[in-house]
Amino acid sequence: MGLYKQHSGAKPIRYVRNTAIVAVLLAFALATLFPIYFMIMSSFGDPVEAGAANYSLWPQKFTFASYSFFFHYSEYSYRWLLNSLIVSACVMVSNVVFASLAGYAFSRIRFRGRGALFALLLSAMMIPYQVTQVPLYILVVNIFHIQNTYGALIMPTLVTVYNIFLAKQFMSSIPKEILECAKVEGCNQLQIFIRIVMPLSKTVMAVMAILTFMESWNTFFWPLLVTNTMDMQTIQVGLKNFRFANTTYFAPMMAGATVSALPMFILFFSLQKYFLEGVTVGAVKG
Amino acid sequence: MAQPPRITTRKRKIKGDGAWAYAFIAVALVVYAMFTAYPVVSAFIISFQDYKPLGSTFIGLDNYKDTFGDSLFWKSVRNTVVYTVLTVPVALILSFAVSILILPLKKWLQTTFKAVYYLPVVASGVAMSVVWLWIFDPLPSGILNQFIGWFGMDNRNWLGTSATSMFSLVLMAWLSSHGTSIIIYLAALLGIDNSYYEAADLDGASFFQKLRYIVIPFLKPTTLFLFVTGIIGSFQVFQNAYLMTGGGPDNATTMVGLLIFNNAFKYFEFGKAAAQSLILALIIAIVSFVQFKFAGKDVEY
Repeated sequence: MGLYKQHSGAKPIRYVRNTAIVAVLLAFALATLFPIYFMIMSSFGDPVEAGAANYSLWPQKFTFASYSFFFHYSEYSYRWLLNSLIVSACVMVSNVVFASLAGYAFSRIRFRGRGALFALLLSAMMIPYQVTQVPLYILVVNIFHIQNTYGALIMPTLVTVYNIFLAKQFMSSIPKEILECAKVEGCNQLQIFIRIVMPLSKTVMAVMAILTFMESWNTFFWPLLVTNTMDMQTIQVGLKNFRFANTTYFAPMMAGATVSALPMFILFFSLQKYFLEGVTVGAVKG
Repeated sequence: MAQPPRITTRKRKIKGDGAWAYAFIAVALVVYAMFTAYPVVSAFIISFQDYKPLGSTFIGLDNYKDTFGDSLFWKSVRNTVVYTVLTVPVALILSFAVSILILPLKKWLQTTFKAVYYLPVVASGVAMSVVWLWIFDPLPSGILNQFIGWFGMDNRNWLGTSATSMFSLVLMAWLSSHGTSIIIYLAALLGIDNSYYEAADLDGASFFQKLRYIVIPFLKPTTLFLFVTGIIGSFQVFQNAYLMTGGGPDNATTMVGLLIFNNAFKYFEFGKAAAQSLILALIIAIVSFVQFKFAGKDVEY
């Protein structure tokens, strides 16, 4: 903390300084949190049309009527949550398994073409998603004919290059001696991976799992493209439909937004450490 | 005499490892080939075609020519640049300032503030756009109109007029997209060794001198990383414009990302969309290259 003067012996100055800092940060935090607060608070209002509702900054009422309005809008609204859960869980599991396998291979096994293949994979991170979206849509809808299936929602993100990169970065810091020891003892690569690398990589696997799940839960664009029946939509697409169908219902819309965001909030607060760690893991080594 | 066999066994061992390695990366490679490599190649091909599900026709560079002659395309490029210029530097400065302010606090306060600032990132973009839509409600009772009312300003139709619609999207970005960069900045700040500050203290350096001569040079790689990823992300921005304004009014908020989406999935002009997406990729590549070339001279990766 050497950036700040320590003010040895001048405690009051330090106290005042820190209070001022916290005040500034709090003000900024309030501005950041306001939309979320506003969303949750208003979701407990009555499901009346906007003309009759008044936006107030303080809770006026506490009723779940808007939530039931949201869930009664479509018979599939529970299904949307279930779909999101299924898709996100599948994407998460397959990413953790296959990205860590690939990350291990790229960081710890020497094989022909390793550098070239990894460079090829990395180059994918530079390509904006707009480039692949049209051909991907054609592939899934016109060639495979699998729109409105879980397969279409899951397959393109079965394993992402970002996660491979993350796993590789982390695993290249595992001491070489441990792996060599295991090899001398007669382990094959799969055994090394399962018995040694995986237990040592719990952190990065947890980070991958959480960030992938969040990304997949919040993704809107791809599900919008490949689902056009209500029963296969995810909660994000469902929320968008609800919004366009009920443009004047203020509180129910907020209830829907809360429903779509709440699972992530719960996950975030229970696994905060991994979320915050995950942000830096990928960036520090840039 | 014992030498040759040993070499062969080692060779075999490496070969065996190679087989494992290929098995480990197999799924990743298949997914990559199918859902990234093939689409990229396919995008190139489609961009030279008048795409139709049954039998496309090759039309050479017409899609590119159309795009360059299209005033809407240039307008969307201009919108994207304006949006980027207004959001990325401000987000960087904001998150830099905030992380400097968080630094002297106690550990639990640091964590709390980090979590608070990260929270909007966790919430889904669709949910946030729904909320902001109501904040920008054009009626006098809308939240933002109430807020500016306190300062004696008239209420505005935030998203409905070209003058303010872009600003509304920018304001939304300012208040919801800095969680990640604050955390990354803070991690980098904590990585600066204390001895530099101590040496500066001995020389009698002030807080701002320390900031200028120690912190900023040290954080240059971090800043460059955030800057480049910020610009890349901003050039692809699509979702907020799509959900909040639909590109309007009068295409004042049509960004390149949204234009490509509209061409592809509203008008089903896949060829044109593919050509525009490749132009966008090229622009992004040039911008990042220039940044690394000029800003990243003494940054090692």
